[in-house]
Amino acid sequence: MKVQLSHPERQVEVKGPKRVKDLLRDLNLVPEAHLVIRGDDLATEDEMLKDDDTVEVRPVISGGSN
Amino acid sequence: MRCKKCKTKAVIGLPRHNAAFCKPCFNEFVHDQVARAIKSERMFAPQDRILVAVSGGKDSLALWDILLKLGYRADALYVDLGIAGYSAKSREKVEQFANTTGTACGATLLIHTVQEEEGAGIRELADLIHRPTCSTCGTIKRYQFNRTAVEQGYDVMATGHNLDDEAARLLGNVLHWQEEYLDKQAPTLPASLEGFTKKVKPLYRLAERELAAYAVLNRIDYIVEECPMAKGSKMLLYKEVLNRLESESPGTKQAFYWGFLERQTKARPAPASMAEKDQATLHPCTTCGQPTTAEICSYCKMMARAKASLPR
Repeated sequence: MKVQLSHPERQVEVKGPKRVKDLLRDLNLVPEAHLVIRGDDLATEDEMLKDDDTVEVRPVISGGSN
Repeated sequence: MRCKKCKTKAVIGLPRHNAAFCKPCFNEFVHDQVARAIKSERMFAPQDRILVAVSGGKDSLALWDILLKLGYRADALYVDLGIAGYSAKSREKVEQFANTTGTACGATLLIHTVQEEEGAGIRELADLIHRPTCSTCGTIKRYQFNRTAVEQGYDVMATGHNLDDEAARLLGNVLHWQEEYLDKQAPTLPASLEGFTKKVKPLYRLAERELAAYAVLNRIDYIVEECPMAKGSKMLLYKEVLNRLESESPGTKQAFYWGFLERQTKARPAPASMAEKDQATLHPCTTCGQPTTAEICSYCKMMARAKASLPR
């Protein structure tokens, strides 16, 4: 699956199927600091992502003004 | 994962509340948390005119959206800091929101452009006066926000500070025992004297991740990119640490910050005596009339130094 990341912006290829929870763990990303967006919707941690999915893992924490 | 309220498919899990919600129930939850904050901290009344500080980020745009949806009279102020490659994008997001949701609810967007009014962008100003950019930015934003609220007759100012912000700030203040700052860390700061507008933080009960989810779910287009000056800031470090704790032990941030508020309420000087203290130490700046402890306020001092160095 294609995984879009930020800070810095980049795309990585990850083998599916994989649960959202496990994807974050494998990428060493703190769940409380990220949202996983698939298409137009949010994906919860228990959702299973497939090989042909494209997801965005968006960091939610800002250090400056919000 | 099933929605705790209506049992349909959930779109977001909230471990700290041992819950998950579908979109409509999540929106209701978010609105309820803000309504609860407004009521318990006596932030403002239904007929009050509110000025929201917006930056183009998810928290401030979500705040404006929520206040309008709750039926409040909320206008917004955006300060264009003139940061190359960033301010234009954040301004665009704010204007887009204002032209759609804002206009539909009869709300006004005010814009203060630092380049025009202070004579240079924030980075150049900071260089001229030999101060860090973030500190210069803070001074200008707080000054302009308060001044606009006072001059335009708003009853209260609102900022998008969330639970993550307040918990991180509390952590920083406690680690270094900044007791003066602890006294001023509350979701509502009263208008202690003429020239100060009441200041509130209606999002203090909501986590940053929840506000991001609210923005995404409600198609609020915000600037995801970080301010280029924020890299390596202490706040980011404190937030990172707290979120690691939160991920392992859900509920940590609220136990820390709300626990502090409960204890502070018992120990906190009543608004009347905070006002008395301010009145004893603050008086109008000889240049602009805004409250200050010195003869000339830090904003006017800063602008005097900058203007002396700016090319004519």
